[in-house]
Amino acid sequence: MGTGGMAAGGSEVMEAFNREISEAGIEASVEKFCSMHKVGCRGLCAKDVLVDVIVGGKKTTYQYTKPGMVSRIVKEHLIKGEPVADWMVGEDYYSFHDKQTKVVLSDCGNIDPEKIESYFAVGGYEAAKKVLTSLSPEQTIDIIKKSGLRGRGGAGFSTGTKWEICRNTKAAQKYIICNADEGDPGAFMDRSVIEGNPHAVIEGMIIGAYSIGATKGYVYIRAEYPLAVERLRMALAQARGKNWLGKNILRSGLDFDIKIKLGAGAFVCGEETALIASIEGQRGMPRAKPPFPVHSGLWGKPTVINNVETLANIPYIIRKGADWFASFGTEKSKGTKVFALTGKVKNTGLIEVPMGMPLKEIVYDIGGGTNKGRTLKAVQTGGPSGGCIPSELIDINVDFESLAKVGSIVGSGGMVVLDNTDCMVNIAKFFLEFTQAESCGKCVPCRVGTKRLLEILSRITQGKGKEGDIELLEDLSHDIKASSLCGLGQTAPNPVLSTIRYFRNEYEAHIKESRCPAAVCKDLIEYSILADFCKGCGACMRVCSSKAITGEKKKPHSIAADVCVKCGACYDVWVFKIW
Amino acid sequence: MVTLTLDGIKISVPDGTSVLDAARQCDISIPTLCHHPKLTPHGGCRLCIVEIKGMFRPVTSCTTPVSEGMEVATKSPALEKLRRTIIELILSDHPNDCMICEMAGDCTLQELAYFYGIRENRFEGERRIYAKKDGNPLIERDMEKCILCNKCVRVCDEIQGVKAIDVAYRGFKSKVCPPYERDLNCEFCGQCIRVCPTGALTGKNWALKGRQKDIKGIDTICPYCGCGCSLTLNVRKNEIVRVTSKEDTINEGWLCPKGTFGYHFVSSPDRLTKPLIRIAPKNSNKLQVTSYKLKNRKDFKDSSPLPTGQAGVTRPSSLFREASWDEAFDLIAKKFKGIKEKHGPDAIAGLSSARCTNEENYLFQKFIRAAVGTNNVDHCARL
Amino acid sequence: MLEISTDNELKLNDILNRYTAEEGNIISLLQDTQDVFGYIPEKSVGWFSKKLDIPESRFYGVITFYAQFHMHPRGRNLITACCGTACHVRGSDRLINSIQTELKLPEGKETTEDGEYTLEKVACVGACSIAPVVIINKKVFGEMTINRLMKELKGKKVEE
Repeated sequence: MGTGGMAAGGSEVMEAFNREISEAGIEASVEKFCSMHKVGCRGLCAKDVLVDVIVGGKKTTYQYTKPGMVSRIVKEHLIKGEPVADWMVGEDYYSFHDKQTKVVLSDCGNIDPEKIESYFAVGGYEAAKKVLTSLSPEQTIDIIKKSGLRGRGGAGFSTGTKWEICRNTKAAQKYIICNADEGDPGAFMDRSVIEGNPHAVIEGMIIGAYSIGATKGYVYIRAEYPLAVERLRMALAQARGKNWLGKNILRSGLDFDIKIKLGAGAFVCGEETALIASIEGQRGMPRAKPPFPVHSGLWGKPTVINNVETLANIPYIIRKGADWFASFGTEKSKGTKVFALTGKVKNTGLIEVPMGMPLKEIVYDIGGGTNKGRTLKAVQTGGPSGGCIPSELIDINVDFESLAKVGSIVGSGGMVVLDNTDCMVNIAKFFLEFTQAESCGKCVPCRVGTKRLLEILSRITQGKGKEGDIELLEDLSHDIKASSLCGLGQTAPNPVLSTIRYFRNEYEAHIKESRCPAAVCKDLIEYSILADFCKGCGACMRVCSSKAITGEKKKPHSIAADVCVKCGACYDVWVFKIW
Repeated sequence: MVTLTLDGIKISVPDGTSVLDAARQCDISIPTLCHHPKLTPHGGCRLCIVEIKGMFRPVTSCTTPVSEGMEVATKSPALEKLRRTIIELILSDHPNDCMICEMAGDCTLQELAYFYGIRENRFEGERRIYAKKDGNPLIERDMEKCILCNKCVRVCDEIQGVKAIDVAYRGFKSKVCPPYERDLNCEFCGQCIRVCPTGALTGKNWALKGRQKDIKGIDTICPYCGCGCSLTLNVRKNEIVRVTSKEDTINEGWLCPKGTFGYHFVSSPDRLTKPLIRIAPKNSNKLQVTSYKLKNRKDFKDSSPLPTGQAGVTRPSSLFREASWDEAFDLIAKKFKGIKEKHGPDAIAGLSSARCTNEENYLFQKFIRAAVGTNNVDHCARL
Repeated sequence: MLEISTDNELKLNDILNRYTAEEGNIISLLQDTQDVFGYIPEKSVGWFSKKLDIPESRFYGVITFYAQFHMHPRGRNLITACCGTACHVRGSDRLINSIQTELKLPEGKETTEDGEYTLEKVACVGACSIAPVVIINKKVFGEMTINRLMKELKGKKVEE
């Protein structure tokens, strides 16, 4: 039960189960031992609420569970022992999971994130125990280095090397920070990991702190994730209660505690120097590197900043060994990576796959392909810093190097599937709107440059593009990339460059013909009703806020073009779609 | 010491020196807008980017410390192209009104546009428009001309310790302003004006007083206090139009509000330029004092910032006559002697001024003690 | 405009006492203040500034930098529309358009004139797989359609 499940009514379903079981209680609890757990996100959020019913060791999963369905499940399945076949998950639920390899997510969705005992039961804190009692910091760092783990936040820097540099920097005070400021629109693995298994992150931080010699830790987490914050708070309190945090942990001599710092809504704070400024209570403005945070970070002290997913990998690497971890993935990109598979694909949700898996398998085998028989156009990876991979390149392997070659990045792991109804100029404009609004304003290329990029893109989507605009976009993009201060500006033009690279024809159609091939750009389209198909049902008329649609019942309606604000509401409710 | 190569020139500089400072030491000029030698490096304007061998993207020389064996290129076609784009971008969000700008001819941005030959701009688009003007009496803040180099914010914090202004908002909407965009209400030291590279910050009383080319700089010492800051009076047609200070002086170029803005007394019609000797009898004192009281800042708004002529003393020629210095001194000596003979030296007391130098104050107390013969001597700074 | 009454001063004191008086805690202070008052009153900033000896300009810079902080009271009903990538490609723009038309929100304004509704757009609430997402008064609605949205909004209006 993560944010998605809660939204789909997870709490209500749980309440319903509680009620039904207590009503039918005597029978159920006499015959069978009955207990209920809430678990973190399962990944396949599109089919929420998911409920597992385990009777006699046999697990049955129900999808789209609603409170009204609970009574029947309890009566037929729990009491009579006959699973309700109508509501059970289908083939696609299993194929969604079969192709995945779960490391970070292995316990998410199986354990109760609000109980530390639940984490202990699956081997939780064993890794920290092993490190604190039998390994030196150097040995620990060696294991992490050998595993080939690279930062999961975007840049892909070797985690072991980062720790080693910080270990070797002499200072009385050091810090370790968990970066949970997951700002990429379209990525939510950090939220899910914290909601589903917060103790793994804490354990990773303890191991990190021991390795680098830090005594204080921070988790910088978005305030937009209230559930994750609450579960993390709970987990920290429980860990403190069991002396996994605090003074002299496990009598190893390690003092270490973690504080939560809430982000306040600035994407740029995902950049490590901006994140540090924000923890220090300042405007989240990045500063030039060097010096790198491992040398001079929070309050000028050596600081390691690791992403949530990176830290959550650590306990598993220690427990199962560097070789085990390195057996997944490719030559240079080891292990698995969690992706947030969203957009125009059947099965949306969180997936974890070995690095190097072909994109095609992700989209078609795990994601189940596009919806409504539409054709795949591209897959956008890496969020606002990434790029679009066109459908022709669907066979590429998803790892740091391969994606970089085609002009995209792994980034934090957002993966948005786009189909033929998506306009690529609009997508580029969407990302630029985002980065432009999130630019901190410190350096000129990002502050003014992204504004100008956005203005050029806007005029193209309005059909006012000029000859030479594409070249100007390319030229300015390259200059912004080369001269910006931080990662935000250095990568902000990527969506523009990659869409021009693969979909230049769409840009040209907008500029030369004032035409949006995907019929998305508001200024280049007009809504009208095809009289031959209109049954006069009135559905569209009811949702039209500007009252542009008129017509008699059961007779073809029409849209007054001068009143229409092109909000698209009518198109969305249109029930007799022909394409 | 660290040895590095800059554009093929080998140079040794102390550890911790920035690449920019090292370059300046070998007379290699690198353009900057946000750098100031006395302030912490900012790295925001991106003009000082250089290529360093081994680094895969250009870095700002102001923020990068030198390291042993570093090979730096400060000029290359790629760098010049980037710098040109950056200047174009800044200009695309800057009013194109150099012809009426107070700082024309003394503006770093204008100079860069000149050297990079930027007349046509490839980029056009929205400009920041700020209708509200700051109502403070002394500092003109034309934020449309601000290029967000952050120097004023840093000088206010790091040099003056006032923190009256900070950058607010973010991205394209970033704006340097006092809290809640109120009117500026600070010490008015004017340090921010001194570091501003454009016409965004100027003195309100500078307006329409003449261009830089007509201004003659006259170095002098500030008369206001014993600190003795060096001033450069900017004089046009025998009128002080503004006061600046050079960086290689005892005060490192920084001044206080009096030094910066309080120069109008020099040409005030109320200023005494010759000694005056009373001619009317004492009891017929018709001396009228109409002192100008600063009720509130609103009084400033519509009139010239520091009013002259309104304040001061009306001195009808029937009360005083002009005299020479010799005559005046003779009269003072005669009167002092008379008092001393009649009432003894302790009937006389001396009060000296903080505006005098140490030497002048020394002489004054010496005069009171040795010549007059009393210890009744004090100084206004003690009151 | 909030006045610093005894009651409000107690509230502010309570917030202040939760943290050590250092600049690093400005953001936490402001977050708590917003929790208590629903926005950050100008006078509270002046109050903190005096107590902590941190200039107001620093506070103002921080408040205006972070999207989460609001300087004016918000509507009694808060509608949060997610504008993340997944929501965008699944039509969040159309949802937002229809909310704006329905609530008659003036261009560029977030809050209706009667102070009933505030519409805010956020970058991503991290519930991308149930896009498009709209949060109405902290209740998350996934796979939102204009039909459902209108029903919710009209339902709210009837309640009053």
